[in-house]
Amino acid sequence: MQLSCSTLRQFFFLRPPRLPSSSPPLFLTPRRRLPSVVRAMASVGSDDRRLSRIASTIRVIHDFPKPGIKFQDITTLLLDPEAFRHTIDMFVERYKDKKISVVAGVEARGFIFGPPISLAIGAKFVPLRKPKKLPGEVIAEEYSLEYGTGIMEMHVGAVHPGERALVIDDLVATGGTLAAAIRLLERVGAEVVECACVIELPELKGRERLNGKPVFVLIEAD
Amino acid sequence: MACGNGKEQEQDPRIDGIAASIRVVPDFPKKGIMFQDITTLLLNPKAFKNTVDLFVERYLGKDITVVAGIEARGFIFGPPIALAIGAKFIPLRKPRKLPGEVISEKYDLEYGSDCLEMHVGAVQPGDRALVVDDLIATGGTLCAAINLLERAGAEVVECACVIELPELKGREKLNGKPLYILIKSS
Repeated sequence: MQLSCSTLRQFFFLRPPRLPSSSPPLFLTPRRRLPSVVRAMASVGSDDRRLSRIASTIRVIHDFPKPGIKFQDITTLLLDPEAFRHTIDMFVERYKDKKISVVAGVEARGFIFGPPISLAIGAKFVPLRKPKKLPGEVIAEEYSLEYGTGIMEMHVGAVHPGERALVIDDLVATGGTLAAAIRLLERVGAEVVECACVIELPELKGRERLNGKPVFVLIEAD
Repeated sequence: MACGNGKEQEQDPRIDGIAASIRVVPDFPKKGIMFQDITTLLLNPKAFKNTVDLFVERYLGKDITVVAGIEARGFIFGPPIALAIGAKFIPLRKPRKLPGEVISEKYDLEYGSDCLEMHVGAVQPGDRALVVDDLIATGGTLCAAINLLERAGAEVVECACVIELPELKGREKLNGKPLYILIKSS
């Protein structure tokens, strides 16, 4: 079956590379080995190389913050300037022509990825913070934690009705935080165009909590 | 009141616009404090870009290999600088946020103390480091950051902040380390 470049690109973004818990990244799908698609894949080769580099820099820490959890640590990605550059570039390429006026980053790791994206696409950056960190008037949204609830705040007046927003965080797990971020932005009349994360933990089904809002991720992890 | 770094230098024309975009919130986090709120700067893409550009222009070509940003507002300014100058970005965090092995440095608060942590292995001896935060007040946090980096064998070339509150004499806590700031605020 001959796959067009655009079909493969779509496939690639809908089924991002998987990152198994301890070994180097495995992101080759069975289709990649079929000779008929080798030529088409060449056009997305640079995405391949970039994603491979990005995935290889993420470190998994076992039993953090508690036993049984495999923590996806992006700090090692930030220690590789080329990988960090590729990460930002891939988001910027996706969003630069989408008339995004707001990039909202979730405290704290969303503060690392959001601003470089907002600077590159000419959008505002809006920090979404834990309680009592933002000075001045805020609106607040509750979200579920494993035990209890958390609260996320946004400044009143930061975002106006009709603005087109992106939500950025390093990782989507259960989707609770992203869902709260979407609610905050929609309460002030913004349109959340998409959520973007470096990593998704698909087994936690975070996408299902987002009321159909699309999520774009670079890497899937167990 | 905005000014650059030395009375003898002409102020870069971008500084006024940056200063004008910073909002002062009275009585936050408690009565009597005039809080310098940089979130309004971040809502102004041109001002934010100018802020980052001013730092990048200063540090490009200075062989900086590490930009260390202090949680949380240092995470906003540090990474764009790191990306532009090709340096590693290292988050310096409150306790128990960083997974894996860390080193820890205590610093004083007005009442009590707190800790700043850095990953073991993030910095190598011989790394040339910048420390970035949005604001320097008493200098306690920056001092802890410098100590962490020096303990790991890095050379802290300079500290860089958007705003300084000079009355709090934070510079004096930096053990002679140079400090570069865009805006002094009384």
